[in-house]
Amino acid sequence: MVNRDVVGAHYGLKDWIAQRATAVYMALYTLIFAVCALTLPELSYTAWSGLFSGGLFKFLSFLFFLSVFYHAWIGIRDLWMDYVKPAGVRLSLHLVTIFLLVGYAGWAAQILWRL
Amino acid sequence: MISKRSVQFKIYRYDPDRDEKPYLQDITVELEPSDKKLLDALVRLRAKDDSMSFRRSCREGVCGSDAMNINGKNGLACLTDVDSLVQPITLRPLPGLPVIRDLIVDMTQFFKQYHSIKPYLVNNEPTPERERLQSPEEREELNGLYECILCACCSTSCPSFWWNPDKFVGPAGLLAAYRFLADTRDQDTNARLDNLEDPYRLFRCHSIMNCVDVCPKNLNPTRAIGKIKDMMVRRAI
Repeated sequence: MVNRDVVGAHYGLKDWIAQRATAVYMALYTLIFAVCALTLPELSYTAWSGLFSGGLFKFLSFLFFLSVFYHAWIGIRDLWMDYVKPAGVRLSLHLVTIFLLVGYAGWAAQILWRL
Repeated sequence: MISKRSVQFKIYRYDPDRDEKPYLQDITVELEPSDKKLLDALVRLRAKDDSMSFRRSCREGVCGSDAMNINGKNGLACLTDVDSLVQPITLRPLPGLPVIRDLIVDMTQFFKQYHSIKPYLVNNEPTPERERLQSPEEREELNGLYECILCACCSTSCPSFWWNPDKFVGPAGLLAAYRFLADTRDQDTNARLDNLEDPYRLFRCHSIMNCVDVCPKNLNPTRAIGKIKDMMVRRAI
């Protein structure tokens, strides 16, 4: 196969924006979470699960987890792109990362909606 | 008056015809009072040992030939005051590029990236009789962009360029890319942005600003890269 330099994969911008957007959301959620957790009447299992049983808080928390996973996807993908040169190995690592993160997202949803 | 003084060097030496491996050579050079810059010292040094190889040309920070790694930081030998350096002065070739001999590196990959961004004005309108005019404000936008001398100090201090020199354009190339994106006389904006919209070519830059830290012309490739990203965002949303 001829080894040409091929340029302009026509993606990257969305991920770059998403990485920043998810970072901002994670920072906001951390603040909201800190305020909610610190203003709990008592630190008990009941109060804790009560906090997470509200629909809005579930939604915000799930969005937080999705942000973590998407942010992690871009970061880990960057690691593979920088340090793993063989294309086959890199593609395999990309796929393993995606499968793991999608799995984690499902797991997070299951945990949140169990409450 | 400054009298004669001696300066100690540790210099990376490698002659592929003779040496199996590169090594650091300890050399001491006697400097004349008129020797101010590191390049003056290197010229003295070569008079003593003519096997010592490095590039130089204009000796005043315009040609960009004598870029090297000076005490761990990239810079131009002709702009660096020799008295400002901690001794022994360790000189190595620019990091990340193949060494041809001693302090001379193969810049092919660097220039390949530079050429890939089409470093020339693209304008398909008929050539005007006199010139393509710009307003003073439009011209102002090119300040801090056109002054790059392509010495490669920035790109070879960038880890993203070390890891992917074949795919990441590098700070010098991206600064030049923005120089043409910012030029009101250029008509190839969309194609230029298409060429750079790539997770490797542009988005390997993580704004660590090593390029800004080392640029001997005090340019700011990180800001130019930010402006390219800004143009892409404006185009996409």
